[in-house]
Amino acid sequence: MTSVTSSMAQAQPKIDFSRLFTDAILATLVALGLFGLLIGVKTDQSLNNQMILVLRPGLLALILAAVFVGRLTIGYIIAVRDARPPEAKKAKAAKSNTALWVEKYGLPVFVGFLFAYPLMVLYTAGPQGAIKWIDNFGIQILIYIMLGWGLNIVVGLAGLLDLGYVAFYAVGAYSYALLATSEPVKLFMAAHMGSTFWPLWAFWICLPIAGILAAFWGVILGFPVLRLRGDYLAIVTLAFGEIIRLVLINWVEFSNGYAGISSIPRPSFFGVPFNASDTGFAARFGLEFTPIYRTIFLFYLILILALITAFVSARLRRLPVGRAWEALREDEIACRSLGINTVNTKLTAFAIGAMFGGFAGAFFAARQGFISPESFVFLESAQILAIVVLGGMGSLMGVVIASILLVGGVELLRELDALKVIFGPNFDPAQYRMLIFGLCMVLMMLWKPRGLISVREPSVFLKEKKSVSSDHVKEGHG
Amino acid sequence: MHKAGTRQGFGDSAKLALREGREGMDVFVQQVINGLSLGAVYGLIAIGYTMVFGIIGMVNFAHGDVFMISAFVALIVFMAVTALAGLSGGVVFLALVAALLVSMFVTSLYNWTIERVAYRKLRGSFRLAPLISAIGMSILLMNFVQVAQGPRNKPIPPVMRDVIVLFEKDGFAVAISYKQILIMVTTAVLLGIFWYIVQKTPLGRAQRACEQDQKMAALLGINVDRTISITFIMGAALAAVAGTLFLNYYGVVVFSDGFVPGVKAFTAAVLGGIGSLPGAVLGGLLIGLIETLWSGYFSIDYKDVASFSILAIVLIFMPQGLLGKPEVEKV
Repeated sequence: MTSVTSSMAQAQPKIDFSRLFTDAILATLVALGLFGLLIGVKTDQSLNNQMILVLRPGLLALILAAVFVGRLTIGYIIAVRDARPPEAKKAKAAKSNTALWVEKYGLPVFVGFLFAYPLMVLYTAGPQGAIKWIDNFGIQILIYIMLGWGLNIVVGLAGLLDLGYVAFYAVGAYSYALLATSEPVKLFMAAHMGSTFWPLWAFWICLPIAGILAAFWGVILGFPVLRLRGDYLAIVTLAFGEIIRLVLINWVEFSNGYAGISSIPRPSFFGVPFNASDTGFAARFGLEFTPIYRTIFLFYLILILALITAFVSARLRRLPVGRAWEALREDEIACRSLGINTVNTKLTAFAIGAMFGGFAGAFFAARQGFISPESFVFLESAQILAIVVLGGMGSLMGVVIASILLVGGVELLRELDALKVIFGPNFDPAQYRMLIFGLCMVLMMLWKPRGLISVREPSVFLKEKKSVSSDHVKEGHG
Repeated sequence: MHKAGTRQGFGDSAKLALREGREGMDVFVQQVINGLSLGAVYGLIAIGYTMVFGIIGMVNFAHGDVFMISAFVALIVFMAVTALAGLSGGVVFLALVAALLVSMFVTSLYNWTIERVAYRKLRGSFRLAPLISAIGMSILLMNFVQVAQGPRNKPIPPVMRDVIVLFEKDGFAVAISYKQILIMVTTAVLLGIFWYIVQKTPLGRAQRACEQDQKMAALLGINVDRTISITFIMGAALAAVAGTLFLNYYGVVVFSDGFVPGVKAFTAAVLGGIGSLPGAVLGGLLIGLIETLWSGYFSIDYKDVASFSILAIVLIFMPQGLLGKPEVEKV
């Protein structure tokens, strides 16, 4: 007890306040330089289309004040932390256990929650309000979870930094959209299987095709970049992603360009359409027709697709190919000298990762009913990569947490009407979402460069399984 | 991300001639002039990439957006000066100089802050961390400008419209504009100055020492942090020159203008050989030429596809670039 009190007495921090103030003033001066012109002056269009400058001294002063106070607070917190005795820092060790626990038991709990989620929302918000919560939050987040788990195979397991993952998402989406709306296919199916067959079954037939085509593209794009590593690999995959998008924009005869593809058939309940007709889902099951059934069905569909992705990647990790991936991530040269075929290992990672991207793309096209190249910009790739990296590379639960925080948080921002009361009626929180997103990426890297859940569980072990915090694992060359 | 087709300033007349079915030496010369001036802008941005990659081995993904910010700062200063003093010849020149100087200062401050806040702590951390942080910074800067300045195209009044007609054949005049001369001369002079700094001054020696071995450089009394900061500032200053010239040339800038020129400038840096200053400018000129000739003779819609393909091809088949040193893979 006495030792505790004595350490408490020592903990009284000696803080150099004059230094804190100097720091804060310097930070404010830098902020004045940074923001003085870009926030203090706004370029605008006048009524007769002339460019004019509008001064905003009030806003600038507000931001400078915020920087001053913020720097002061951060400086104070850091000073207090540094003054703390070393024993207090030991409490940190418990942290990696929490992460391990989350990784181990989090997934079943989360999946259980997800299966109950639509019903819970339905009871609390009613059929009208529930669509928004299931669609904007549930389905939207699950798509990103699935994409994150797919990319996790490439980035997290095989250590290949892919900045063009959205290309495979696009391949999947366009495969489904083009096949389902193509006239020759429609006529062929109508001639052989009857006129109602294709609109009802298009999704279920095209889903595997979309996955296969995406995997095929994964191999095609993976092949030339086999020798590249690290940053160079990232930039080349980015270039490939952009090339595919630019081709989709410019090859109008093929993809209809910027206008995109519309009236893509929606998925049916294994042949039963979701409409108000007598043969529709509601009538068939003796329910009253509302659009909510389709939304709930789509929710469970993407949930199951995502779970398949998670299951397959978790099982693959324990197979020889998965172990080869992880070996490749840790050290490529050692891997090659041990006789692992790095060409095949890398190509399988690209192909399988791309395949799940393709599935997600086909689902996306079916859910939207409309796609255009605008949905497949580089920002999407960055967002998916951010989810994988922020969650902790290789961790399934990390992807879930990061998706909920990033995608859900951004969606939640739209809902915050309270902010309008504070900042005035013209305040639109949605325009700040990418700003906040970029900021989060930087802050997360500064705070936890290894991601939220950075535990590596060995898939092979002698006698006893020991989990290693990835902070202790030596970095290889991806 | 960028508006295809809104920006075809470089070589409009030459393209018109091509559409009329003219193909000959005169059109080709015009295309080359246009390509070189576009390439010089890429080259200036590429120097920033190449210096940073050389010294700390990271792709400063936000560099393209730093370039975009410099164009915005130049725009605001130019507008402010001309709003106060009118749009006569002398004032325009003064306004451009003021825009350039202020833009260089503010942009350097941006790059210094970015390095200090987002990259320094991650130096020596896990390999992907700085790249992810840089991507986040790029998204942050782009959206910051969008929120602060609005999402529309921002034009400036047309200035420096005079051209020098080099020769005229069958009614098609091959011309070089004052803007293009300004771009090429500035690039050549700046390349000379920066090459001298890196090769001949103590600062340049410190930079090259950090490039080879940071720990050893620190042991020998070089302030590594400061050297890296100065490298970022130098890269930003050149990006600011490029941004001001870009604004002057096109007369319009928009918040998303950082991404595509950024990737192209990175291509230029890789093509020229990463770490080499003359290589960066040479790569920039080649990319500019290829892009202009491609859009002149093949298809303007696919000009970005051409640039991105070059990036992939160079990285795959010639990762050391034209003037770079081959990288040895060590265990």
